[in-house]
Amino acid sequence: MLTQEKQTPELLEEKKTITGSEAVIRGLLKEGVDTVFGYPGGAIMPIYDALYDYCDKINHVLVRHEQGGIHAGQGYARASGKVGVVFATSGPGATNLITGLADAMIDSTPLVCITGQVFAHLLGTDAFQEADVISISAPVTKWNYQVTDASEIPAALAKAFYIAKSGRPGPVLIDITKNAQLQQFTCGEHVPCDHIRSYRPKPIIRKEYIQEAAALINQAKKPFVLWGQGVILGAAEQEFRQFIEKSGIPAAWTIMGAGALPSDHPLNVGMLGMHGNYGPNVLTNDCDVLIAIGMRFDDRVTGRLDKYAKQAQVVHLDIDPSEIDKNVKATVPVWGDCKETLPLLTELIEAKSHPEWLQKFREYEAQEVEQVIQDELFPASGEMTMGEVMQQLNELTNGDAIIVSDVGQNQMVACRYAKLNHTRSNITSGGLGTMGFALPAAIGAKFGAPDRTVVTFVGDGGIQMTIQELGTIMQSDVDVKIIIVNNQFLGMVRQWQQLFHERRYSFVDITSPDYIKVAEGYGIAGKKITERENLRSGLQEMLTHKGAYLLEVMVTKENNVFPMVPQGCSVSEIRLK
Amino acid sequence: MTNQNHIDRQEFNITVYTEHQVGLLNRIATIFSRRKMNIESLNTSPSEIEGIHRFNIVIHETEDVVRKLTRQIEKQVEVLKVYYHTNEDVIWQEMALYKVPTDVIAEKALVERLLRENGARAVVIRKDYTVFETTGHREETDNLIKVLQPYGLIEFVRSARIAIIKGSEGFNRKLREFERAEPGSESVENEYLNSREKIFSM
Repeated sequence: MLTQEKQTPELLEEKKTITGSEAVIRGLLKEGVDTVFGYPGGAIMPIYDALYDYCDKINHVLVRHEQGGIHAGQGYARASGKVGVVFATSGPGATNLITGLADAMIDSTPLVCITGQVFAHLLGTDAFQEADVISISAPVTKWNYQVTDASEIPAALAKAFYIAKSGRPGPVLIDITKNAQLQQFTCGEHVPCDHIRSYRPKPIIRKEYIQEAAALINQAKKPFVLWGQGVILGAAEQEFRQFIEKSGIPAAWTIMGAGALPSDHPLNVGMLGMHGNYGPNVLTNDCDVLIAIGMRFDDRVTGRLDKYAKQAQVVHLDIDPSEIDKNVKATVPVWGDCKETLPLLTELIEAKSHPEWLQKFREYEAQEVEQVIQDELFPASGEMTMGEVMQQLNELTNGDAIIVSDVGQNQMVACRYAKLNHTRSNITSGGLGTMGFALPAAIGAKFGAPDRTVVTFVGDGGIQMTIQELGTIMQSDVDVKIIIVNNQFLGMVRQWQQLFHERRYSFVDITSPDYIKVAEGYGIAGKKITERENLRSGLQEMLTHKGAYLLEVMVTKENNVFPMVPQGCSVSEIRLK
Repeated sequence: MTNQNHIDRQEFNITVYTEHQVGLLNRIATIFSRRKMNIESLNTSPSEIEGIHRFNIVIHETEDVVRKLTRQIEKQVEVLKVYYHTNEDVIWQEMALYKVPTDVIAEKALVERLLRENGARAVVIRKDYTVFETTGHREETDNLIKVLQPYGLIEFVRSARIAIIKGSEGFNRKLREFERAEPGSESVENEYLNSREKIFSM
C-alpha cells in the first residue's frame, strides 16, 4: 500500500495556522475523544486526511454502513457514559445517520455526529451528494449546526459536546462544508463550553416540592417507585439505592433503567410495561403514592392512560421539565437532576419498611414464576426457548456481562431475564425500537467498556438488518459474543398476528443464511446449537473463546413472550397467558 | 370526524423569545407539524433588543396541549423564553390590505363612507386601482372584505398577528438586563453563496 508519512505530533501542536479539518481533530482531542466510528466519503475527506496524522491518539473504527456507525456510537456512549462520536460524509452518508439520531434522541444518548457537506457556494443547488441534513435532522437532534467557515469550528464543536452531554443528554449534529474543512485560519486555544445563554440544562431545584414529596412519601401506606434511565444518565445509582433502602419502597424499572439497581436486590420487584412483570404492572393500579424517578411514562409502560394509576398521588422526579405532566399528571413535580434531588429527598423521608405491601409483589411473582417463568427458563421438554438461553448465560456470566439486545421477542426476553449486577449493562433500543441496533451497538459497547464481556442477543430478523457489521468486527478485531436466537420468524410481529390477527402470518416467515458460514467468511468463529444438551457447552465455548464468536441457537418457532398488556388495555389487565 | 375536546379549544397566543439563528424557525414549526397541528398565524420579527427575536404564534387548541407545546418549544437550545396567553390576556392586531378599482371608489361615495367607518386609509391611489389598509381584530378586517366585495375587490391580504402581553411588567427591562449580562453572539450566515463563479471546487 502506498502511503504518505504522517506529521509528527510536536510539529502539529506548534502550528497556529491550520485547516478547519485539523481544528476538528484538535477539538475532539481536547474534548477527550479517544474513539470515532465512521465512514469516509468525498465531502468529509479533508477531515479524514487530518485524522491520518492523529491515528495514534484517536482510534477510528471503520464501520460498514453509517447506520452501523451511529449505533456503534450509541453503544459506546451507553456503555462508557462518554459522548459517542461519529463521522459521515454528505448526502447519503448523512441521511444514513437519521435512524440512529432518532434512536439516540428518544433514548437520551449523548452523541456528536460530524458530517461533511458540499462546498458552501454549492448549498441549495442540488450539487452531487448534497442533502439538507440540517433540516432533515432537526426533529431528531437536540441541536444541530452547519459550519460554512473554518473559524466557526472550535466554538461549534465545544458547544456540541456541551449540549450533547449536559442536562438530558442527546444527539448533536455538526455539518461542515468542504470549503470550511479545507480553509486555513488562525486557531486559538480550544475553550470548552460550559454555558450557553439560551440553554438551561438543569431546572432550578424547588425545595418546597422536595418537602411536599417527602411528606407524601412519609404518609404513604403503599408507595411504589418506578425508575428509568435518568438514574443511570445522572450517575445517581448510589443516591437511588440509598433512597430505596431508607424508604423500603418496592421499586420497578423500565427497560432503559435496567441495571441501575442489581437484579437480585430485595426491593427490586421487576420490569414494568407491556412485557414486564406481573406484580409491578398490576400493583401500579393499587399503590397510593407513585414515585417516578428519571422515567417518562412511555405508552409501553403505561398502557391505557385513562386507566393508569388513577388512585395514586404521583411524585415525578425529572431533569426535563417537559416530561412533567406530559403523559401522567404529577401531584408533586420534582424538577432537577436526580443525583441532586434524591439525596435531598432521602434526607427528609422516614426510614421504613413495607413488608405487607412488598409481600403482595412476591405473591404475584410466585404466580408468574409458576405460570410463565418456570416453563420459559427451565422447559422440561420440547424445543429450546430464548429464556433458557438467557438463563444459561446468566449462570455462566453471573450477571457481570453487558447484554446488548436487539428489538422484538429477543429484546423482551433479554430485558426480562438477564441478570444485571452492574449499571450500564443493558443496552437496547428502548424508545425507537430499532431492529438492527444490537450488532453495531455491541461493537461500540466493547470499545466503550473494553474490560467487560459484551454479549449481543439478537433475533434472526434483526441480525440480517445490519449483518454487514461483521466486517467491522473482523477488521477491528472486536471481541463481541453474538447469540442469534433463531425462531425462523419475525417473532414479535408473529406473536401479535397470532393474538390479534387470527394467525394470519403475513410476511413474518423469514429465511436465514447459514450464519456459521457467513461468520466464517468474516473470519469469525461460530457454532450452531440445535439440541439442548449442547447449549451450555456452546455458551461456555463462546465465552472462553478469544475474540468474536457467533453462536446460533435454534429456538422454538411459535413461542410467545408473556406476560403481556394487550394494546388498549390497562396495566392491571396484564395477561399471564 | 368529531373531536370531544372542541369545546375546550380556544385561540392561544404563544410568545417566543429566541436567538437569531438559522434553522430555528424550522425546529419550532416541527414541534407543531409532528403533532399534525396547524398554526393559525405566525409572525417573527426582531425584538427591541438586537439579536433577540420574537415569535408570535396563534393556535386553536386546549390549554393542556398548549402548555405542553410551550415546554417543548422552550426545550430548544436557542429559545430563551416562551409564554402563552388567551386573547383576553393580550392586545393584538392584524393588518389587512384591500385592492379595489379606483373608478368604483371615485364614483360611489358610499364606499368612501364605508371605508371611513371601518377606519381604513388609502395607501396607494392609481388610475386603475386603490389600496386601502386597516388594522384590527380578525372580525373587523373580515367585515371590510364583506363590504368591499360587491364593489369589485381585486385582492386582499392579511398579516400575521402581533400581540403584546397585557400582564407583563417591564419585559423590555428584563430583556435589556439579560442582554447586558450575557451579550449574544452574531448570527453566522453563508457568505459564499454568491461566489459560485469564482470558486473552483471538485
